[in-house]
Parts: sequence; structure tokens; C-alpha cells
Amino acid sequence: MDVNEFEARAHALVTDGTLGYDQKVRRLASLATEMLPYPILSTECQEALDARVICDMYEGNAPFTARYILPDYEKAIRNGLTHLEMPPPTTLDDALAFLMVMYGNVPSVTTYPVYLGDLDKVLAPFVTDEISDAQLDAALRRFWISIDRILPDAFVHTDLGPNDSRIARSVFRVERSLRQAVPNITLKVDPELTPDDLVEEGVRTVFETGKPHFVNHPMMVADHGERYAAVSCYNSLKIGGGAHTLVRMNLKEVALRHLAADDASLDAFLATTLPHYTELTAELAEARIRSLVEQQHFYDTHWLATEGLIDIDRFSAMFGIFGLAECVNLLMSAQGLDGRYGHDDDADALSRRVVERVAELVAVRPMPYCAGGGGHCYLHSQSGIDLDHDVTAGTRIPVGDEPGMLDHITTCAPHHHLFASGVSDIFHVDETAVRNPQAVVDIIRGAFSTGMRDFTFNLDSNEFVRITGYLVRKSDLAAIAAHEGARHGSDLLASGSEESFHLTQRAVKRIGCHERTVQ
Amino acid sequence: MKRPDVTTTSTRAGSVASTISFSNVDGPGNRFVVFLQGCNFDCVACHNPQTIPVFQQVVHGDGHERARYQRSVDEVLAEIRRAAPFISGITVSGGEAMLQPEFVRDLFTAVKADPTLQRLTCYVDSNGSCDDATWDVVTAVTDGTMIDLKCFDDTIHREMTGQSNGPVLRSIERLQSMGLLHEVRLLVLAGVNDDNALLHRTGEWLAAIDPHMRLKVIGFRAHGARPHDPPLVEPTAERRQAIADLLHTIAPFDICVV
Repeated sequence: MDVNEFEARAHALVTDGTLGYDQKVRRLASLATEMLPYPILSTECQEALDARVICDMYEGNAPFTARYILPDYEKAIRNGLTHLEMPPPTTLDDALAFLMVMYGNVPSVTTYPVYLGDLDKVLAPFVTDEISDAQLDAALRRFWISIDRILPDAFVHTDLGPNDSRIARSVFRVERSLRQAVPNITLKVDPELTPDDLVEEGVRTVFETGKPHFVNHPMMVADHGERYAAVSCYNSLKIGGGAHTLVRMNLKEVALRHLAADDASLDAFLATTLPHYTELTAELAEARIRSLVEQQHFYDTHWLATEGLIDIDRFSAMFGIFGLAECVNLLMSAQGLDGRYGHDDDADALSRRVVERVAELVAVRPMPYCAGGGGHCYLHSQSGIDLDHDVTAGTRIPVGDEPGMLDHITTCAPHHHLFASGVSDIFHVDETAVRNPQAVVDIIRGAFSTGMRDFTFNLDSNEFVRITGYLVRKSDLAAIAAHEGARHGSDLLASGSEESFHLTQRAVKRIGCHERTVQ
Repeated sequence: MKRPDVTTTSTRAGSVASTISFSNVDGPGNRFVVFLQGCNFDCVACHNPQTIPVFQQVVHGDGHERARYQRSVDEVLAEIRRAAPFISGITVSGGEAMLQPEFVRDLFTAVKADPTLQRLTCYVDSNGSCDDATWDVVTAVTDGTMIDLKCFDDTIHREMTGQSNGPVLRSIERLQSMGLLHEVRLLVLAGVNDDNALLHRTGEWLAAIDPHMRLKVIGFRAHGARPHDPPLVEPTAERRQAIADLLHTIAPFDICVV
């Protein structure tokens, strides 16, 4: 970017009539790093990045924070914070104030914390029998309002479960009464530990607010150990760690380039083209990680690291893929076959070959500073950003093309075990389920017993729309369209998707879009 | 295309109109539903009139053809196995399920004999018109029934369905006494069977059987139903709720309004 372009973009930001003050400050900061040199890449990697066959999520040229950070809040509460001069709290009110202070000092690419802690566990020591449910609800209600107003970003995320607790149930009651987009919530579900009626409480809350997201706890524990959480949208990472960065590969673009090559066979795709672009994506990840760790020295200098609330050995990076549906359909057509992903056994089998091949390649590609992932990236089914056009998020079946729910699940489930850091498929449930929430509990349990890692559903006709994993209210999107601005940064991202895809006109059918740094 | 995993040894066949893998409106939880073909009622308000004839009219090439939709118990079981992890049970509906009691019995028996399926509950959704002997074919392997009561007044019942409601009332009483009555559905057709005095009598009769009975007040929906002269009228949401409120003055029924 030359100085003239910088000036023009900075000028446009400061004079923008719809952005709030904080939104301008964050965008200006992001713009400033674009004046710095990009980490050095090979020519091939740079070309693939410029053509957006591979993508850095527009994180900026000189990463100076890890993308996703999961501080160990339980440890913080136990020991207090030196940097912030906060002694360990002793009451529920103290604990909530302590956390609010801490949240204001946890960085991420969006500048807002993507993880608020597993609040049922973090707050458990303070919720004694002396505190009634009414007092608990009132305290959490004030806390929830503060979170939404002070951290206005739907990637802000808390986790609950798998064990039952008064706190989890209170959170669901508060959620249903407030109907806020923030924070996002995940309920960890373990068939042995999580009672059906807690899952049902979650389901009833989805009917009202589109939250929580459900995760397969035993599968997560097998990949990450007990200390993991789902954060931002659908990113499952280690507590006390996180992800340095997220890079992603557009499988549709990879397939298009392959089919234009001399040997456009399926074998060559798996043997040559896919490994080639996988390596370029890995190169991009490595360059960004080295920049963060070795140039900006994030882990040597940030207080979370120096106080032992994060540990670089619990970090890895996320290797995302998207556009699987288009990739498979293109490769099928090239073989003269008309079966489509999600509707045909052969297409589905091909989808598994492609994903398994990428997983195999990522699992053997050494990655520096990624001890959290055993020295490798975590594979991730990446659910899109607001700039994606004509390409399907992650490993999803294209919106509007989904088969019946059973076929939808059986198409997607076989991929899930490969995506340690998360995979999102969003299912649509019609209005009649409101009178029979057990039916949705049945489906969630079935999904996890057949190997799904993540499960999210939307109720048709809900005021809340899930974009990738984060939520927006349709009324907030309407306000942006009317040039009234938006209090939540994530609403502005969603609005980009809406303008491209007319999301709200498709009931709750969702489209691609993901956190694209600070827009 | 998707290929079902069929390992058929072909036992009894039934006349099956269709199946759906997931339903949240046919009993408790998520259910696999088998719609049998053929019904002995000819309800003016039926929203699946194509399932009434025993023979289904199908378009074949350039002409119409009468065909029975035969499917074996094993074929249906193969479909159920695919859905099994995701459901609370199966429901046989129709058409009228109890016109094929041996098929229902054999299907339920097979579900309960299969170790991977035996946790599933087996429900029948019926118009309640069959006699005791017919129910007795299936009751040993049935976990619950859902019975439609189209109208408590026999004259109106005959106008609505072409049949007397005597056997229906008998079925409701007997299934309740056997612990097999999950729910009674009350169809509401505005101006036909929704007179308050009649609803009051209906409620009193039901309360005498079980004051906590689970009732579903279902408003008639024109979608799918055959044209009628004069046109049948959908009750308003307010009217459906008023009917539920009226029934609640009689007994502490567990009422769902749809």
C-alpha cells in the first residue's frame, strides 16, 4: 500500500458516519500494520496468497497477538493477577468484577477476548448454598449485560458443561430473558455426564436465542485433553493455550487450478496438486507464526504469558479448508459423473478421500512453536468470511442444497474426527420442534454417537441468525441497511454477508462469513 | 444416489405409502414414521387423502396404473437402522395403521428383537376404529398409541368420517385401561365440531377416563385437504386456545395446541 492509498483509507475511516468511535480506532490500528512489510514468503506462496487460493484471514502484515487466546481463568482466580493488581476474589460479586477487568486485557485479532472461561467451573467456588437461584440469576444478568455492552463482539464465547450445575442452568435462564447476541455459548455434552434435561435446557435456549452450540466432549477430550474449550465460532483449542494464527486453503480454487493443468486426473489431484497447495498454506502459517513469536516476541512480553496464564507449549496454529462442496462437484464433473456432494454416495466418498488426504499431509508437516498440536497444525473446517463469494464454507453442503437431516448428518459426520480444532455444519429445525425439544436432544445425541464433533442448529423464523457460529439479530442487520450503524462489531461483518447473500431473506439458512480481523 | 443398506430376507410385506426418517410431531422425541396405505375413514378434513385408497393411483409412463406399495418388514427395518441413533422410537401411522395389524405386529416384534433397536419405543397413530381383537394383535409389542377423536357427537362424526364413533370411544377407554394411551387428538373444524356445549361434553367424557390425559387440540388446515362445498374453515389461533382453556376448566388435562 502506498501512502496515498493509506491516506485515502484512513480518511474514509475517520469520516465514516456509521462506525462508532471504538470501531474506528480498531480499524485504524489494523490499517497501520498494513504499512509494515509482510513476512517473507516464497514467490509461489505469495502468488497463491494474492490469488486467494490460500488465505491469511486478513490478520495484518505483522501479527502482534495470537489470534485465539484461552487464558487459564481458573488459575487467575486462584492466584490473583500481578500485572492488573487484582487479588484473588472471595465472593461471587468480586469474582465477576475480577473477570470483567481481566476480559478488558485479553487480546485477540478482533481486539476482544474470544474466550471468557468455562464459567460454570470458574465461578463454582463462589456459588455457595447461601446464594439463591434468584440472586444468582440477578448477578449473572448484570454480568451478561456488561459483557454484551463492554465487549460488543459475537466471537466472545463462554463454555458450559459437560457436568450439570446451577450456574449452567442460570446462564440459560438469563440468556432466554435477555436475548443478546453476546456472548456466544458452547455446551459440552458427554453422554455419560450430561443429563438429558440439561441438553434440553440448551435446546430450549436455542429456540429463543440461537445459542448454545453443542460439542462432543469425549471426542474433544481425546484430541485436546480435559482442558479445552470451544471459542470464537467453532474453534476448539487448549485452555492455557490457543492458536497463533489461522490460515486456510480454498479447495474450489485448488480444484479449478488442477483441472486446468496437463494432468487433470483425480490421482494427480491427490498425489500432486493437493500436496502442493497444502504446503503453500503451511508455508504461510509458518511465516506468520515465526513473525509473531520471533519478531514481535508476543509470548516473551505479554503479561498473560509472563504470569503463566498462557503457555506457548499449549498453542498451535489452525489449518483451515473450505469450498469442499465445489471441489468435489468439480472433480466429479471432470470424471463425467453428475453426482453432487451430499446427494450421492460416490461424491461423498470422494469428499472423504480429499479431506483425509489433507489431514494426512497436515499431520506430517512439522510446524514450529506448535507443541499444543504435537508439532503440527490443527485441521479446521473453516466457516467462511464476509468476502467469500460463490464458495461454500468449510466442508458444508451448499445452502439450499442440503438433503434431509439424516442424509445431511451422515454426509458430514465422517469428516468430523479429522478436524481437531472444529468443524461447523448448521442444521435447520422447523418450528414444530419447539413443542418437542426432546426430538432435538435425540438428534444431538445421535449426531455425537455417530462421530460428529460439533452440532449447531437454527430454528427457522428465529430473530437470531447464525452467520458462521456467531450470532446476529435480524433487527440489527436491518439497522445497518438503514445506515444506522451497529453497536456490535460482528454485526458489521454479518452485514457484508447479508449484502452478498441476502441471508435474512432465506429464513435462517446461513452463509459464509467469519471473523476477518477488525473490519 | 444414496443407497440404503438393505440385507433383505423378506418377511411379511405391508402396503406402505411412505416413510420419513425424522419426525418431531408423531409422538415423544424424534421418531421414524411409517405411513401405511389405506384407510377405512373418508374424512372430509383429511390432509393426506392420497393415503385413503388401499390402491394408490400412480402415474406410470404414459398412463395411470393401480399399484400397491408393498414393502417388507426387513426393508423398513433397514431404513430404521440408519435412523436409529437419532430417534426415540418409531410410529406407524397412515392411512390407518390398524388395517394392517399383522404388519404392525411383525415390525414392532422385529424392532424389539434386534439388540441395536430394542431401546426404541413403538407407537401406533390410529383413528381408533378397530375392534378389541384387532388391537390385541399388536398390544403386546406396542408401547403407546395416539388416537384421533374427530367428534364426540356420533351424528357429526358420521358426517365428518362416514363412520360411527362407537369403536373409537371404546378404543380410547380400553387403551387407557391398558396403559397404552399416549395422547388423544381432537381435530377442530370451525363451525362443524367446535360447539362449546359439545366440547364440554367431550371434555367431561375424557376427564372421567383420565383427568390428566394428554390432549392435542389440532386446528384443521386446508393445505393438502380436498376441496369441499361449502369450504371447510380453519379455526383461528385464538379459537384453538379458547378451546384448550375451555377443556382446562373441566380437568387438569395436559394440553398441547397446534
